[in-house]
Amino acid sequence: MLTLRLALRSLANRRLTTVLTILSIALSVALLVGVENVRRGIRESFAGTIRGTDLIVGARGGGQQLLLSSIFGLGAASGTLSWDTYQRWAAHPAVKWTIPMSLGDSYHGYRVVGTTEAFMEHYRFRNDGRPTIAVGAFVASDRDVVLGSEVAERRGLAVGDAIALTHGLRGTGIMDHEEHPFRVSGILAPTYTPIDRSLYTSLEGIEAMHAGWQNGVPPMSALPSLVMPGAEAPEPPSDSAVPAAPPATTTADHAEHDHQLTAFLLGTKNRFESLRLQREMNTDITEPLTAILPAVSLTELWHSIGYAEDGARIITAAVLLVGLMGMLVSLYSTLEERRREMAILRSLGAGPRRIASLLVFESGVLSVLGAVVGVGLTYLVLIVGGGMAERHFGISIPVTPPGSLEWAYLGGVVVAGVLVGLVPAWRAYRSALQDGLAIRL
Amino acid sequence: MTDAPLAVQLEDLRFRYRAGPEVLDIASLEVPRGRSVFLHGPSGSGKTTLLGVIAGVLVPTAAKTVRVLGHDLMTMSPGARDAMRGDHLGYLFQLFNLLPWLSVLDNVTLPVELHPSRRARLDGATPREAARGLLERLGLGDFLDRPVSDLSVGQQQRVAAARALIGRPSLVIADEPTSALDTDRRDAFLDLLFQECAAAGATLLFVSHDLQLGHRFDTRLSLPDLNRAAVAV
Repeated sequence: MLTLRLALRSLANRRLTTVLTILSIALSVALLVGVENVRRGIRESFAGTIRGTDLIVGARGGGQQLLLSSIFGLGAASGTLSWDTYQRWAAHPAVKWTIPMSLGDSYHGYRVVGTTEAFMEHYRFRNDGRPTIAVGAFVASDRDVVLGSEVAERRGLAVGDAIALTHGLRGTGIMDHEEHPFRVSGILAPTYTPIDRSLYTSLEGIEAMHAGWQNGVPPMSALPSLVMPGAEAPEPPSDSAVPAAPPATTTADHAEHDHQLTAFLLGTKNRFESLRLQREMNTDITEPLTAILPAVSLTELWHSIGYAEDGARIITAAVLLVGLMGMLVSLYSTLEERRREMAILRSLGAGPRRIASLLVFESGVLSVLGAVVGVGLTYLVLIVGGGMAERHFGISIPVTPPGSLEWAYLGGVVVAGVLVGLVPAWRAYRSALQDGLAIRL
Repeated sequence: MTDAPLAVQLEDLRFRYRAGPEVLDIASLEVPRGRSVFLHGPSGSGKTTLLGVIAGVLVPTAAKTVRVLGHDLMTMSPGARDAMRGDHLGYLFQLFNLLPWLSVLDNVTLPVELHPSRRARLDGATPREAARGLLERLGLGDFLDRPVSDLSVGQQQRVAAARALIGRPSLVIADEPTSALDTDRRDAFLDLLFQECAAAGATLLFVSHDLQLGHRFDTRLSLPDLNRAAVAV
């Protein structure tokens, strides 16, 4: 292919401009493919936060609220449900397993989840990942607590350390359950899901630390200075760093010697029964419940926050456009000085079409190299920086061979590059016809 | 057709660029085959335009006859004219004849790479062998794979001559190829050009403003005399 060979030689002769042009295209391609990969990674990490669970059940309320509070540890649950109700549904013939969850307490801002061994057994995330104990053992008594990896690392805790949990979801201080300290019995292996930012204890532990509490405040003896004379249920101090009001109302009354749950996860014996079971729960009149399908709610949630990804996409597309424009400018600006070359090629019998195609080949070569280098760059960054993203942001970006998306981008960039090359090519075609053999300097 | 007695035959040729003034108005111009013709053309006489018409790059505004090597350029398609030029013509510019991004050897082989029919006239030699032979005869055997920028102006013109002559073209058109050379180099270059044109059996149409060169050619013509549209500068 003589024209291609000539194009390559001509580009090689303008090495610096060529390299810079390729780099600018490569960077835009890397950005485009990189953003797409990160977006996919985030989406998959997000969608993989919970797997295997067929229904999440909580007190009657919003589905997103239930999902956020029970799985992501964000916001407060809409209410509680009784142990009896939980027992009744756990014994439902369609239900295979359940994971009870009691929420409402925290440790330095990290959520405490009261649950059972069932959590270790049935909770799944990403591709069949399950929580595993890295050090120590799972909760054995009502004074044991198991830490998510991030909690242990950030708070510098080790197995055997004693900690006091906080009533409510934020802060520490006045509402600490100091009268019922916990001992770290184990630390979970990193999962890069919200599990890492949670603490796990038994339902009995949750219950024991709230023993004697009334309406979300400690027993009188624990807070003598706060008790107003004659006040039955003193408000938490408003200037305190402990705005414990929402959990105090949502986790409601722990006074009864009866487990109070915030939510439970369940797996069905037959997945096809999930929908029917969901309807059954949502219409049950004994205790008003909300049951959600995690996958559906995750998708809804993703869509409600996903507009940010469109913004990222638009920006990267704009960057790519700038890269291509850079190529257009660099090719176009060489035309004036290359009119001599064009006249020489004309004198050797090259037609205007061959001269135009020389320029199209040049832009084609630039964009192919730019695209290839760009994708290479993306993979380099993903391989080198992927682990970092997982450690710092909990986003695992799978390094997969170029998929249809990458190929589509590459094809698109090359096509766009060739189209851009048509502009100087057309100009060269015109001047090849007009200049004839006059060498203009 | 290629054995027509005239290499170039023009009759009643007129040329203007778009809406511009008339640049060429030539009643008759004939270049016999196998001769060396000196066409005296000071600047402004329309010589580059005339050579563009003869090379088939520019199309006359009107002409009764434009025949080059027996080809009627007026009836040929642009592509056919390009092919004719690439196949049968050698063209020398005044300066900067070479593509700076190709080596000396690659510059010389380019015409035969572009035109397979021209390659067929290499008598079985590869383009590189043919180019090497020519360059060695022109005293450039040591420069084959050097970048063009390493060469002096005189050396570059000799490389250009080798490129014009490779594959034995029937007509060599030279547009002031010696104007950038000093007297000694000019004469040496002309010697080589005559010698190689004779060896290739090519007609030489040599255009220059330098009347001193005219005595070395078989035929001398004056473009200002021929071209009624020539403007005095």
